[in-house]
Amino acid sequence: MKAFSTLLDRLVLTPSRNGKLKLLADYFRDTPDPDRGYGLAAIAGTLDLKSVKPALLRELVLERMDAVLFRYSYDYVGDLAETIALVWDQERKERVPDEVEPSLSAVVTRMNALGRTEVRGAVRDLLDRLDPSGRFAFLKLATGALRIGVSARLAKQALAEFSGMDVTEIETLWHGLEPPYEPLFAWLEGRAERPVLATPAIFHSVMLANPVGDGDLVNLDPADFAAEWKWDGIRVQMSSSGSTRRLYSRSGDDISAAFPDVLDAMNFEGVVDGELLVGGTARMNSPTRTFSDLQQRLNRKTVNTKMLEDYPAFVRAYDVLFEGEVDVRPTAFTERRKRLAGLIDKTPHDRFDLSPLVPFATWEELEAIRRDPPDPVIEGVMIKRLDSPYQAGRMKGPWFKWKRDPFNIDAVMMYAQRGHGKRSSYYSDFTFGVWTEGPDGDVLVPVGKAYFGFTDAELEVLDRFVRNNTTERFGPVRAVRADPAHGFVLEVAFEGINRSNRHKSGVAMRFPRIARLRQDKLPADADRLETLMAMIDAREGVADI
Amino acid sequence: MKPDQLLRPAPAGLYCPAGDFYIDPVRPVARALVTHGHSDHARAGHGAVLATQETLDIMEIRYGADFCGTRQSAAFGERIEVNGVTVSFHPAGHVLGSAQIAVEKAGLRIVASGDYKRGVDPTCAAYEPVPCNIFITEATFGLPVFHHPDPKAEMGKLITSLRQFPERSHLVGAYSLGKSQRVIRLLRDCGYDAPVYIHGSLARLCDYYVSRGIDLGDLRPATVEKGDKTDFRGAVIVGPPSAFADRWARRFNEPLIAFASGWMMVRQRAKQGGVELPLVISDHCDWPELTETIRELAPQEVWVTHGREEALVRWCELAGLPARPLHLVGYEDEGD
Repeated sequence: MKAFSTLLDRLVLTPSRNGKLKLLADYFRDTPDPDRGYGLAAIAGTLDLKSVKPALLRELVLERMDAVLFRYSYDYVGDLAETIALVWDQERKERVPDEVEPSLSAVVTRMNALGRTEVRGAVRDLLDRLDPSGRFAFLKLATGALRIGVSARLAKQALAEFSGMDVTEIETLWHGLEPPYEPLFAWLEGRAERPVLATPAIFHSVMLANPVGDGDLVNLDPADFAAEWKWDGIRVQMSSSGSTRRLYSRSGDDISAAFPDVLDAMNFEGVVDGELLVGGTARMNSPTRTFSDLQQRLNRKTVNTKMLEDYPAFVRAYDVLFEGEVDVRPTAFTERRKRLAGLIDKTPHDRFDLSPLVPFATWEELEAIRRDPPDPVIEGVMIKRLDSPYQAGRMKGPWFKWKRDPFNIDAVMMYAQRGHGKRSSYYSDFTFGVWTEGPDGDVLVPVGKAYFGFTDAELEVLDRFVRNNTTERFGPVRAVRADPAHGFVLEVAFEGINRSNRHKSGVAMRFPRIARLRQDKLPADADRLETLMAMIDAREGVADI
Repeated sequence: MKPDQLLRPAPAGLYCPAGDFYIDPVRPVARALVTHGHSDHARAGHGAVLATQETLDIMEIRYGADFCGTRQSAAFGERIEVNGVTVSFHPAGHVLGSAQIAVEKAGLRIVASGDYKRGVDPTCAAYEPVPCNIFITEATFGLPVFHHPDPKAEMGKLITSLRQFPERSHLVGAYSLGKSQRVIRLLRDCGYDAPVYIHGSLARLCDYYVSRGIDLGDLRPATVEKGDKTDFRGAVIVGPPSAFADRWARRFNEPLIAFASGWMMVRQRAKQGGVELPLVISDHCDWPELTETIRELAPQEVWVTHGREEALVRWCELAGLPARPLHLVGYEDEGD
């Protein structure tokens, strides 16, 4: 458990992606099987561990300590698992030698073999035998509350880093394998052949597009390309083989359980790439609903009937990887598109439709179309080379994405927080606000937070402003001067905006970033909340018809 | 003699009516007894100061030669009369020169422990238990959650990180008196013999520790003359944590922030402070040390000062010991 709990302790406090990759890769290299495989599963969210109820943990800890002292401790720490991990030893205890601490695999095996009546005793015993950091890791795993800021994708990237294998190959194998992944590690270390998968409905790494950069299209002939709308949903892969049906996210996470409506309708055989959306399909002639509606269905383990009725999901298909058993990825886009059209035609019309092609003759024409899409749920266009095969990864050339221009507002800096790592001596995370009417005249209301988009030189300017204009401090956060006549105006760009009842202002932005420093403007010139509300109305107004 | 004739809390600090002196007063007084050199306990501007020689030296380094009217040094164990009250200083194991102060008259003895710890620390004299009727204990880490691990194992985390991230400058936050020197000494004891770079505010205190026979190895100022950031690639830099939020920290290559403090036991504390590598190294007692000490001394009464008084008072009640919080103000809760 020591290696795993040490890794967790470091990961939660390491902000940089490269730092996390290094820690993970070192862990995979230095930890023996089967422990590292269970560690990988815990991080990637595939570990199955008998769960323990928080109520039982409270009972166990109160067997050994005064309830008042426990309450003081819990109030101070604020997290049940961490409090119990820390207070478990009432007296000084000899340090647990690493070699007698139960290993992660021993913990998993033991827990999963327990009968109902044995849980209490086993948990008590494990807590006795682990050190505080090991107890914390164990309790987080057993209560299912492990949050460490590492995605399954990053864990796979770390496997690639540690082995030198391609991450797309690892992703392809991923869903056919199970913890503790011993055949996977054996292959990654060159000790065995590539594992042969038993499950047919596996995830295949997806093909990704590059954003259109300046001059990218100039030398390309529009006649060699097709265009499609870029819908504001999430990228999914549908995999159906015999009775096995799966829905995967772009990174290969299995999200089938949350979308039984889509899964039940998958009456085809093969692997199809598309956009998951909420609303009605084009084949039903009903509108596509917004991303915030789709969000109601995301990140859920299960879904109830009401959700299924209120937020029906469907897939707008745009590519096919396998038709039945046949791998069609090497064929050209036009060929795959023909096959896809035939396949979608036979599927239930309320759950699947075909992403329509957008005819255009010149790049200028496409540019005009991109800027003014006919549907508010469109966020730009995709450009795909007609003769391109389906290749996993982000190749430059065959696929481009050309997004609608971002929204822009002028906002006023209200709070600043110090960054992490390289930026730990800079105020680099900014909360910004816009004006709204208060009881005694206009006040600023925070509408978002951004921590990128500026250059290093601009960061120096921002940091200096924060240090020279601090009005209040709250731990690592500083409030800065923000009056109509004195303050810092930031031009903020963002991809979308939605209503939100979790934010005081009632709005939530997607991907906000600092587009420009507007030192030429006074805070009084910044935008008002009404402007943001109008942006939302403009989007929803069309979508709700 | 009634206990409050011998010591009682007053606005300026712990006051002895019988001997007319204060212990660790937080504002200038005529006569002060000082337990140790941390700035919340040792302040400038008193008339007469009685403290260990090291504490007097440290006060002079921090406040200048005229930090008080007259001064007198107390050797450990020496019995000194102050207006008919007998006082004596005993090692507290907190930082160099730190002492507990025993105050005695007419058969009643109260020990004011100041800040103290029981763990091993080669940079100061180890705590000695002093039998007493009333024991005044600090409670900085007076909650059952605080269990300070083996400091060498904590330092091992820094050594591991230096190996894993050899390109990053490791900035170790440590308070300038005591913790910094202990951290450097621990690094040396873990076999780290490369130069350690120190923030300017540490230099005089480190020199003083060295002059008292505590070997800190090769210390260099963390300043950039002509060179660039890469000069500190993979180096260990020790400085006060406040400096890391400062422009000062920008001279380092991809800094990795570590912080040596008992507070690092709680993850959220580390996270809020932007600390990437918490090192749980404390100069105070943790919960088991506090409770062990009280049990070992078995005083008739326990008074609890700065920190989390309520939990320790509760523990004493459960153990059948009369205890009360003193509610002294002016002692920093944070400094460890």
